[in-house]
Amino acid sequence: MAHTPKAAIEPPIPGILGKAIVWADARFPLVKLYKEQLTDYYAPKNFNFWYYFGSLAMLVLVMQIVTGIFLTMNYKPDAKLAFASVEYIMRDVTGGWLIRYMHSTGASMFFIVVYLHMMRGLMYGSYRKPRELLWVFGCMIYLCLMAEAFFGYLLPWGQMSYWGAQVIINLFAAIPFIGEDLAVWIRGDYNVGDATLNRFFAFHVIAIPLVLLGLVAAHLMALREVGSNNPDGIEIKKNLSADGTPKDGIPFHPYYTIKDIVGVVVFLAVFSAIVFFAPEMGGYFLEAPNFVPADPLKTPEHIAPVWYFTPFYAMLRAVPSYFGTQFWGVAVMGAATLILFALPWLDRGKVKSIRYRGPIYKWFLTAFVISFLVLGYLGVVPTTVWGQLPKGLPLVGGMDFATLVARILTAVYFAFFILMPWYTAKDKELPEPERVTY
Amino acid sequence: MKTVYLTLQRAFAVAAIGISTAFASGGGDVPLDKAPINLHDQASLQRGARSFVNYCLNCHNAAFMRYSALTGIGLTEQQIKDNLMFTTDKFGDTMVSALDPKDAKEWFGGVPPDLTLVARVRGSDWLYTFLRSFHRDDAAPTGWNNVVFKNVGMPNVLHDLQGTQVLTKVGEKPGHGEHKDPIMKLTTDRAGTMSAAEYDRFVADLVNYMTYMGEPARVNRTQLGVLVLFFLTLAFFVTLWLKHEYWKDVK
Amino acid sequence: MSAIVLNEVDPKKRRFLIIASSVVGAGAGAAVAVPFVGSMFPSARALAAGAPVDYDISKVEPGQLVTIEYRGAPHWIIRRSPEMVAQLAKNDALLADPQSNDSSQPAFAKNAHRSSNPEYFVVKGVCTHLGCSPTYRKEIGPADLGADWPGGFFCPCHQSKFDMAGRVFKGMPAPKNLIVTPYKISGTTLTIDADIKGA
Repeated sequence: MAHTPKAAIEPPIPGILGKAIVWADARFPLVKLYKEQLTDYYAPKNFNFWYYFGSLAMLVLVMQIVTGIFLTMNYKPDAKLAFASVEYIMRDVTGGWLIRYMHSTGASMFFIVVYLHMMRGLMYGSYRKPRELLWVFGCMIYLCLMAEAFFGYLLPWGQMSYWGAQVIINLFAAIPFIGEDLAVWIRGDYNVGDATLNRFFAFHVIAIPLVLLGLVAAHLMALREVGSNNPDGIEIKKNLSADGTPKDGIPFHPYYTIKDIVGVVVFLAVFSAIVFFAPEMGGYFLEAPNFVPADPLKTPEHIAPVWYFTPFYAMLRAVPSYFGTQFWGVAVMGAATLILFALPWLDRGKVKSIRYRGPIYKWFLTAFVISFLVLGYLGVVPTTVWGQLPKGLPLVGGMDFATLVARILTAVYFAFFILMPWYTAKDKELPEPERVTY
Repeated sequence: MKTVYLTLQRAFAVAAIGISTAFASGGGDVPLDKAPINLHDQASLQRGARSFVNYCLNCHNAAFMRYSALTGIGLTEQQIKDNLMFTTDKFGDTMVSALDPKDAKEWFGGVPPDLTLVARVRGSDWLYTFLRSFHRDDAAPTGWNNVVFKNVGMPNVLHDLQGTQVLTKVGEKPGHGEHKDPIMKLTTDRAGTMSAAEYDRFVADLVNYMTYMGEPARVNRTQLGVLVLFFLTLAFFVTLWLKHEYWKDVK
Repeated sequence: MSAIVLNEVDPKKRRFLIIASSVVGAGAGAAVAVPFVGSMFPSARALAAGAPVDYDISKVEPGQLVTIEYRGAPHWIIRRSPEMVAQLAKNDALLADPQSNDSSQPAFAKNAHRSSNPEYFVVKGVCTHLGCSPTYRKEIGPADLGADWPGGFFCPCHQSKFDMAGRVFKGMPAPKNLIVTPYKISGTTLTIDADIKGA
């Protein structure tokens, strides 16, 4: 190959465009990249429903960036002007309402897609060797996304924006010794104010997106390096055909690009249904109190974070303060996100996919998912939602029933991780097949 | 004429309120009546816009709503200028009350909230029920109270139309011990210029308009949505066919 | 044995489907572009701020220039004295486009005085060269502009010269006469409105 005397490629298409590609390829690894990333990248042929969400996350990322850029053209990061500028976008800017709804809906859809994408990883063991770094990059993307959503949520400068930011920043104040000063430093003021809004804007529109894009690039590079996992959790590289390509692999392009386009169309239909017919999504995507401008003197009656944070928020609330500090709840909440990083090293099972796992893992995973969902529900409702336990009960008498449930589920959430080295090693697993099932 | 009316209205408001009241938050667990919202009923929206300008805009602002956006409810520029605007307003201006915020603070103890988005904050049903739930209350600073919004700062500015209601005890809820919660009911004490049905219609139009004002793009949004979903359905079948064709290769 | 077997391929059908999908995709792209491109046009607020501007011209003295802002640009109302109007007819030799054939003005102002009423001259006070606002130099033959200066406008940025009807001199950087924005006068009220129909 090194001695190829003339252009390394034939024009892929006739005409001037083909010639332009040949010209460019002699100066830039155009065709090489195209081949590496798409046509010569072999993906397992047995991807199922769960494998749409990677490309969908990419789609939502692009949509958020594009709509975000256009919102920035009319938004004003100033405590006096921010709320009005959002209404200006919604009313006075041609097409502004659509761009704004796409962005607000996109935020929630991003989390839905990412949660399903992570669920896929849990089910099929996509975090296992050799994909540990792929998983770690993914977790970092998830953390970035939470930061991005948090910073962005302040920008409309409504009541929920304001008080949400107030509460989350005060989480940092719970850190011993430096907490109070740290919170002031984050806000740039004694209270959430113009300085806070301005810096959150900077983080939301440029700092975090840059990190996010870098991480996404790293995530994709790691994926191309190790190859995709699949629902059977076996390595397709073990079975190669004579030409060196995996027997159970198919070129990503055109097969998966075309398949993903179908997924994109279905996703866009769901997305559009929300944008055009229920942009508030019953108050979960856009909360009613956020149509009131921020008022530092009055907290809304019922304040809950946006739905994608509520599982962690429920954990935070479930943990009581000990020794006069609420640090423990904050620590639990932080640990709940950080423990995800450790997953590749906690799992000692021999098989990757849930298809061949033993019953204990399946029970634990089910319990984990249920606890995450119920915690998510408990995070949006007041702790009094299920009433109080009878006064006479030992230990828990008089306690809010929902708080007790949240504590138990928090324990279940952590048990899934902490007990993993034990139960994955002990589990009775089924033998993996030699080839993927298709 | 409009200015004269405004002055009278303002004088009334000051007299009725007397001392300042905070604009407390509303809440409670009163069952809400369903507001008959129909954003396609332009006649209703136009009547509502007129009522909004006549009764609400004297004290409240709709500072994000431009008069020019009223063309969205089927009015022409000339109709809006002739019927809904103060002569000093420009067509592109937002609906801002002539009430000075400083005066408002002095008279009412707070600036009456902006109403542009109130239908999105409270919901149409809440507004519809609220505007029909005022009653006399001698204990309240304004002489008025509201079942939906306890200790509301606003008096019933529509009492000429609605008449006055009183809250009377009609029974007791079953319960234990000495304390029994009373069952309260609104009854009409003095009739207004409108019958109950007329007043309901009047409030329905007003709330319909306020719902429109909360999101003027809404009708447009749902219409566009139908087109988009239709297009995506078409795109789904085309791309699915394409996928099936290519995936024939995969054995 | 690879997972891909290409023995049933119908190239014509694939070509058709690719084209069909591409058309659908291109349609979607174009439709999505509409709100985004649309959002960069003037908003309802900008349109409201660009609404017609009224001015009471009864108070303008002969020879006086009044500057009013319309759509973010200076617009001048000048009440020309009879001498100024008379001078306009003598400027043709100095001018690049005395008949305003290549310049922008409403039809009623395509004449030597470039206005509906010779007395009142309404013009956008922006040089047609690169957008500076010229200065008003009504005096005749001042030292700096030379003895044959008939009174008019002088652009400080690149020294373009215009006469009292905003007509550009020959050999100037500015290519065209100053732009006359459509307006109407009823009684003593002058309304500047770029959207006047038939102008």
